[in-house]
Amino acid sequence: MNSNGKETLLQVDDITLSFGGVQALSHVSFDVAKGEVLAIIGPNGAGKSSMLNVINGFYHPQSGTVTYKGRSHRQMRTHEAAAEGIARTFQNIALFKGMTTLDNIMTGRNLKMRVNFLWQALHLGPARREEIEHRRYVEHVIDFLEIQAIRKIPVGRLPYGMQKRVELCRALASEPDLLLLDEPMAGMNVEEKEDMCRFILDVNDEFGTTIVLIEHDMGVVMDISDRVIVLDYGRKIADGTPDEVRANQAVIDAYLGLSH
Amino acid sequence: MIYLEAGQYKTTYEDDQAIFPIAQDRYLVLAAVLVAFVAVPLVANEYWLQALLIPFLIFSLAAIGLNLLTGYAGQLSLGTGGFMAVGAYMTYKITTAFPELNILLVFIFSGLIAAAVGIVFGLPSLRIKGFYLAVATLAAQFFIQWLFNKVAWFYNYNPSGTITAPPREVFGVMVTGPEATATVRYLVALSLLVLFALAAKNLVRGRIGRSWMAIRDMDIAAEIIGIRPLPTKLLAFAISSFYCGVAGAMMIFLWLGSAETLAFDINVSFQVLFMIIIGGLGSILGSLLGAAFITLVPIFLINAPALVGVHMEVALERHIESIVFGAMIVYFLIVEPNGFARFWQITKQKLRRWPFPY
Repeated sequence: MNSNGKETLLQVDDITLSFGGVQALSHVSFDVAKGEVLAIIGPNGAGKSSMLNVINGFYHPQSGTVTYKGRSHRQMRTHEAAAEGIARTFQNIALFKGMTTLDNIMTGRNLKMRVNFLWQALHLGPARREEIEHRRYVEHVIDFLEIQAIRKIPVGRLPYGMQKRVELCRALASEPDLLLLDEPMAGMNVEEKEDMCRFILDVNDEFGTTIVLIEHDMGVVMDISDRVIVLDYGRKIADGTPDEVRANQAVIDAYLGLSH
Repeated sequence: MIYLEAGQYKTTYEDDQAIFPIAQDRYLVLAAVLVAFVAVPLVANEYWLQALLIPFLIFSLAAIGLNLLTGYAGQLSLGTGGFMAVGAYMTYKITTAFPELNILLVFIFSGLIAAAVGIVFGLPSLRIKGFYLAVATLAAQFFIQWLFNKVAWFYNYNPSGTITAPPREVFGVMVTGPEATATVRYLVALSLLVLFALAAKNLVRGRIGRSWMAIRDMDIAAEIIGIRPLPTKLLAFAISSFYCGVAGAMMIFLWLGSAETLAFDINVSFQVLFMIIIGGLGSILGSLLGAAFITLVPIFLINAPALVGVHMEVALERHIESIVFGAMIVYFLIVEPNGFARFWQITKQKLRRWPFPY
């Protein structure tokens, strides 16, 4: 439980991360309530992506703990994070280029598939049933994100905005409790951004997924997030509702800029 | 027009996920398998079977094995010859120790031993990639060849240092040894290839195939959605080496009859690698096409000059063969990295609208 009376899903406590002499994050703490949409903003190099990488175990911080679902991790491992329901998308699309959209999304179900390779080689009984059962869920997510038409197309051939959507779809296919989105709207035009915003809110609404996102488009951030955290040079300089953050002088100085 | 798939509605996910979702493909493959099983043994003579078809089947299996590892899982390997040798020598050891054991079972056991060896030599793949991994697997090639040469136990202290396929029967039919007819050996090799090719196709269209391709295409993203790199890569090494091991056993027991380690030297590894590059990385069909091409071209080069009345030295033919292979590989790497398999796909797409231009 946190101060707002909501259940805490993720708590980041006093994280310090450095690469050699570069201090990427210093003493960052915050928590994420279950079901909320939290935005992390900050200038380039502020440590936003590093923060996501710490949360899903890709980077191991020098000090501090990540408490997820009540369990503290000094070091989270990536596959453990995935197994416990943390999914993410990347700033630069990280799809499997040689595979079709459908296969890409099916990889999101990998952790939930159990049948061993002998059954799979035969493709009988359990293997076939499992494949179809998971295909059904994947089709549900495909319908949700409206990408039915590109199911069988290799993702390398899709336009950028679509690839971003497929990546979100792959993350959703794993039925995550916590979804980390690294600049989901980077490089999109207005319509694509609007679509993406709608999908993010729908995901939050319909699946109850907690979302932590990094975004540079302030309009988007202020519109869709419940709470905003501002990082600057690896430090947290503000934490609050969009309105509070917008009014914060430190944030204005560091990031939003002064109006002259 | 002939290849039009309009009207073939798929109403279940099962239909949609079939290996050959298009009816025409199913008939074509069925026909090809029937021809291979029935017509070919009736028509083909000893020379065609021994010089062409049996080696094609065996190399197809090895190519599928390497394609699972290199084409699907993205782990470049030059140890194919070594893994094939493990299969061959283990089959020889097991079948001479237990002569009454069914030789096909012995093939499988030897394949499993090759798989274990493959896992050991696959361990470096967690840390190293690409060319460096290829060099590490080269160690497997040289070490295994050296081991089977050096330790006389592997060839039963035979003074000639070779292993020879002893006569073995399966259900009363002589399958290996000097008395086994080429037709029987061809049919056994064909059955094994069909079974294992089907199993490979099933693997690559399911969870395992997807995790292999995920690791190949972007290992970081694969890790983050929960695919653990080491077990996934080791499974690829194991299954690939199993296929290569069985192919190696077939090479001695169904084709050559007897051989020494020279039959499994680095050239074999390269040859199988060329097969999958020319045939198509990441395609089961491509493995077969590549194997067909690499086994056919030398035969063609030997026979073609004679047909037009030109006499050619054997050494010259060998050189021309190398030149043709080299040129083909350069061509495919530049123009069509997906090999013959991609040509086949393009043909199919064109066929869908034929005879209309679009």
